[in-house]
Amino acid sequence: MSLPKVHEIPIGGIITEPGSSRRNLTGGWRSLKPIIHDDRCIRCRICWMYCPEGTIKEVKGEFVVKGKKYQYKYEIDYNYCKGCGICAHECPTKAIEMVPEA
Amino acid sequence: MTAVATQIQKAKTVLALTSNYAVAYAVKAADVDVVAVYPITPQTTIVEKIAEFVDDGELNADLIHVESEHSAMSAVVGAAAAGARVFTATSSQGLELMHEVLHIASGLRLPVVMAVPARALSAPISIHGDYSDLMNTRDTGWITYIASSAQEVYDTVIQAYRVAESVLLPVMVSYDGFLMSHTTEPVELNDEEEVKRFLPRRERPNVLRPEKPITMGAFAMPDWYYEIKYQVQEALQGSLKTIEEVDEEYGRTFGRRYGVVQTYKMEDADYAIVAYGGASFGNAREAAEIAREKGIKAGVIRLRVFRPFPTSYIVKYLSGVKAFAVVDRAIAFGGPGGGPVFTDVATALWMNGIDVPGISVIHGIGQRSMYVEDFVKIYEMLRDGEKNKVVYMGLRL
Ligand code: SF4
Ligand code: SF4
Repeated sequence: MSLPKVHEIPIGGIITEPGSSRRNLTGGWRSLKPIIHDDRCIRCRICWMYCPEGTIKEVKGEFVVKGKKYQYKYEIDYNYCKGCGICAHECPTKAIEMVPEA
Repeated sequence: MTAVATQIQKAKTVLALTSNYAVAYAVKAADVDVVAVYPITPQTTIVEKIAEFVDDGELNADLIHVESEHSAMSAVVGAAAAGARVFTATSSQGLELMHEVLHIASGLRLPVVMAVPARALSAPISIHGDYSDLMNTRDTGWITYIASSAQEVYDTVIQAYRVAESVLLPVMVSYDGFLMSHTTEPVELNDEEEVKRFLPRRERPNVLRPEKPITMGAFAMPDWYYEIKYQVQEALQGSLKTIEEVDEEYGRTFGRRYGVVQTYKMEDADYAIVAYGGASFGNAREAAEIAREKGIKAGVIRLRVFRPFPTSYIVKYLSGVKAFAVVDRAIAFGGPGGGPVFTDVATALWMNGIDVPGISVIHGIGQRSMYVEDFVKIYEMLRDGEKNKVVYMGLRL
């Protein structure tokens, strides 16, 4: 992505458009990436609760894992996950693995 | 109406004013909307006079009582962000307390105007004048004038609003604490209607309005910050041209102008003193006269605009002399030269490949008396070939 030059930025660095921070994808700050191994996930929701960025999403649906049926699963929004590793640290079944960013 | 009648109607108003009162009259003429000031010596009489104007209904402004200078600057930053024409003033410790907000005012590109009767810094406690406080604001991104008479203070505050609102930068107008702030001089006042025409209210791009929301003062990551700060550097460098144009237009409208540097007998000078502020400039001019009687071709350069630094003028005037001295009323502690402006002048010359010997003179610290004879001695030192040294004048060593 090419960033604007000196004269392309509004003076004083003011932001002239409301909600423009949505375009600011902070996932690029990440050096380690959390991967959820769904087969080890017991749906306890702890990662969802602890993620400081609110980037773990609860996805509704029909999921069968090791013969057990679940109504939802957890996914990470990598556009905003900063790779802090709190989810992996807190997961009681070690279902989340931190792998280096490519 | 005949020309004579017009002239009579436009009879000049001349009042006996201190530089502080001259500021207050200029602020009134500029028709400011918001004033936030915390009292500190020697600034206090400025805001006392403004409070009188507001109380008498002569100035329709909101006067905000704040609990510190940090709040005073923050309040005018907020008001300027909302589109108001604002004013504040301070000295010494108060200016130090404002310091972090000074950077915010320039970074947000707000046209705040502030008066600074310059005063020494603690410790030890001193209420007297020197330029230690002002020099500490050198790198805050403010346009900085240093005036040398009450008349110039009045004229410069009015010019400051025009400049600030044109280039979108905050402006400080400084002058000698006590020696000017509390000295009464005749000041010719402008017709206030004419000042209003000189200072038209303009639309600014960076104003908070509910119907068109913007975010000011947002966080900038390493990939954004540098560009936004460079904008300030570019605007400040470019503002010298605006400062000169505004001064010229002011001269055409009101009959008084000053330039960005003022010179005295520099046409044929071999030895120059670079000075700033009222007392130094007055002494230097008188000393130049005496030196000339002694056969020394002496001249004076007064810095009226300190930031942006008027490099081209300093280079122009100093490239023709045999030697120069800079009289600083502040110490650049531990620096390569004695005084802050000496370092600037030396840099300006070096950057332009000019090698003229110079002396850094420190004088008038904490309002230590500066005598005309001291300045004559500076010219004699230059004539005798003294160079590239720091002289602490008037010091018991
Ligand atoms: S690594 Fe941190 S930011 Fe990313 S999902 Fe886990 S807890 Fe949230
Ligand atoms: S903390 Fe571990 S087990 Fe619990 S929901 Fe998250 S990934 Fe699944």
